[in-house]
Amino acid sequence: MNELLAHFKQLTPTGYLFWILAFVTVLSAIVVVTARNPIHSVLALIATFFCLSGHYVLLNAQFLAAVNIIVYAGAIMVLFLFTIMFLNLRKEDEESKTSLAKIAAVIVGGTLMVLMLGIFKAAQVGSYNAIAFDAKTGLVENLGMVLYGDYLLPFELASVLFLVAMVGAVMLGKREAGDRHF
Amino acid sequence: MDLTVLITKAIIILVIFGITLLIATYSTYAERKVAGFLQDRLGPNRAGPWGLLQPIADAGKMFFKEDFIPAQASKWLFILGPCLAMLTALMSSAVIPFGDSIRFGQYEIPVQGIEINIGMLYIFGVVSLGVYGIMVGGWASNNKFSLLGAIRAASQNISYEIALGMSIIAILMMTGSLSVRAIVEQQAEVGFFGWGVFTQPLGFVIFLVCAFAECNRTPFDLPECETELVGGYHTEYSSMKLGFYLFAEYINMFVSSAVIASLYFGGYHYPFAAQAHEALTNALGANTGHNVATAIGTVLFFGKIFFFIFFFMWVRWTLPRFRYDQLMNLGWKSLIPLSILNVIVTGAGLLFNFNYATWAIVAVMVVLAVMSAAKAPKGAVAMQKA
Amino acid sequence: MNAAYVPSDYLPVFIQLILALGFIVTTMIVTHMVGPKRNSQKKDDPFECGIPVVGDARTPISIKYFLIAILFVLFDVEVIFMYPWAVNFKQLGVTGFLEMILFMGLLLSGFYYVIRKGVLKWE
Repeated sequence: MNELLAHFKQLTPTGYLFWILAFVTVLSAIVVVTARNPIHSVLALIATFFCLSGHYVLLNAQFLAAVNIIVYAGAIMVLFLFTIMFLNLRKEDEESKTSLAKIAAVIVGGTLMVLMLGIFKAAQVGSYNAIAFDAKTGLVENLGMVLYGDYLLPFELASVLFLVAMVGAVMLGKREAGDRHF
Repeated sequence: MDLTVLITKAIIILVIFGITLLIATYSTYAERKVAGFLQDRLGPNRAGPWGLLQPIADAGKMFFKEDFIPAQASKWLFILGPCLAMLTALMSSAVIPFGDSIRFGQYEIPVQGIEINIGMLYIFGVVSLGVYGIMVGGWASNNKFSLLGAIRAASQNISYEIALGMSIIAILMMTGSLSVRAIVEQQAEVGFFGWGVFTQPLGFVIFLVCAFAECNRTPFDLPECETELVGGYHTEYSSMKLGFYLFAEYINMFVSSAVIASLYFGGYHYPFAAQAHEALTNALGANTGHNVATAIGTVLFFGKIFFFIFFFMWVRWTLPRFRYDQLMNLGWKSLIPLSILNVIVTGAGLLFNFNYATWAIVAVMVVLAVMSAAKAPKGAVAMQKA
Repeated sequence: MNAAYVPSDYLPVFIQLILALGFIVTTMIVTHMVGPKRNSQKKDDPFECGIPVVGDARTPISIKYFLIAILFVLFDVEVIFMYPWAVNFKQLGVTGFLEMILFMGLLLSGFYYVIRKGVLKWE
C-alpha cells in the first residue's frame, strides 16, 4: 500500500492523467457488462472507446486515436445501436438463462481469467530503446509509409476480407416474403 | 505546453465558442429574414429594431416552456439525446483556423483554438458521432414518428459520410497533410488559383452536397419533414431540449460553412494577400501591419462563411425535398462512385504534377448532360413546365 | 507553425469539452427549473395526431437499414485506410497509386455485386 502511495507521489501530470483515464476506462467497461439495458451498455462501450482514444493520444499515436473514434465509436457502434434499437428486445424475448448455462459461463470465464493472469505474470514487459525511440512513429505520415511499404500484403488482404464481408452481408439480408418496409 | 500558452488557448477557445453560439443564434433570425425575402414577405420585424431581438425572445420562450417528458419514453435517454446532439455540434469549431496569427511583442499567437496533426480527421470523427444524438433521442421518445425520423436520419447520415470522407481524400492527396491550417496555407502559397474549388471542382460539389445531408438541411430534411413525420425525431420534444436540436443544426451549418471555406475557398487567404501583407508591414511596422493583415483575412474568412450560410438558406427555400429512394440512390450510386473516380483522376494527374486533372471529369459530365438534354424529346420539357 | 505535434496539443480539446458540457448542463438544469409542470394522462401519451395509440413504437424494421449500416462500416474502414495513403501520396508515387487501385478494384467489385443483387434498391 505504501509503495503504491509513494508511486503516486512521484507521478508527473501525464502520469496522473494516465491513471484517471485508466480508472474511467475500466469503470465504463464494467458498466458495459453489468448494465441491464442494452442501450446503456452500448453507450458505455462508446465511452470506453473514447477513453482508449485518450490512451492512444498519450502514446502520441494520434492517427490511431482518431481512427479508433471514427471506426469503432462512429461506425461499428452505430451498427450495434441500430441492431439493438430496432430488433425489438422485449423482456420476454430474452433467452432464459438456465443454471446450467450460468455454471458453464462461470467455468469458462474463470479459466480465461486464470489463463490471462498466468500470461501476464510470465510475459516480458516490452521495453524500448531510448536512442532509437521516435516519438513521431504514431503520426499519420510515418504510419502511411510503413503501412504501404512493409505491410503491403496484409493491407491488400484486407480488401479481400471486405469483399467476403460484403458477400456475406448480401446473403444475410436476402429478401424474405412478408418483410415490412418503410 | 506551458501554462501561458494554455491560458491563451483557453481564451481563444472561449471566444470562438461565444462567436459560434452568437452566429448560430442569429442564423435563426437570418433564416427567417431570408425566407421572408425569398417569399416576398417581411420576416420577423416586431422584437426590437428590424426584429433584431427575435432570437433572444425565441430563446426566452424556449426556456419558459414546459420541460415535458412523455410517460412511455426512456427518461434518461430522452434527456441525453439533445445533449449529445449539442455536444457533437459544439466540439468541432475549435480546429478551424480563423486567421493567420497575432503578433504581440515576441509572442506569435495563431488565431485557432486547437492545432493538431489530424485536424481533418478530428472534424470527420465529430461528424460521425453526430448521428447518436438523433438516434438516441428518436428512439427514447417511443413515438412512431420519432422512430421513423431517427432511422431515416441515421441511414442518411451514414450513407453520405462515405462520400464526404472520400472527397476530403482528394484534397489530402494534394496537400499531404491532415492539419486544416496546413491545407489553408498550401492554398495560399499557390495563390488564387490554388484554392480548392479550382483544383477540386468535383470534390467541392460532392462535399457541399454531403454537408447538406449531414446537417439534415433541405433538400435532405427527410428525418424531420413536417408533411410526413410531424416533427420527425423531435416530435415529442419541448422546451430547451427542442431548442438544442434546432440550435445544433445551425451550429453544424456554421461549422460546415467554415470547413467548406477553409478547404475549398482558401480559408483566411485572399487574392494578393502576400502583397497586402508586405504593404501593411511596410506602412505600419512589422507587428501592427501583420496584425492588420490577419484581421483583414479573418474578416474575409467570416464573409466566406456567411456566404455559405446564406447559400444553405437559399437552397432550403428554393428546392423541394428528395424522395427516400432518390436520396439513397444519389448517395450510394452517384456520389460514392463519383468520389472514387475523383480520387483516381486526381491521383493520376498528381503523378504528372498536374493539379487540375479533375476538370476532365467535369467536362465529360457537362458533355453527357448536354447530350442527354439534346436527345430528350422536345415536348418533355414543355410538358413539365405546363 | 507547430511542427512538434505532441500529445499536449490535445489539452485544448479538454477545455472545449468542459466548456461545452458546462453550457449544456447549465441550460438543461435552468430550463428544467423555470418551465411549468402539468401532467395528464392524455398529454403523457405519445403524439399520434389525435388518433388513439396502437401498440408499441419499437417494432422491428426492414433489413435494408442493417445492410446499409454494414456496408457503411466496410466503406468507412476503406476510407480510413485511404487517409495515410493520401497524406503520403507524393512520396509513394506510382507504386502507391497502383496498390490503391488494386485495393479499390477488389472493393468496387464487391460494391458492384451488392448493387446487382439489388441491396440498394428502394421502392
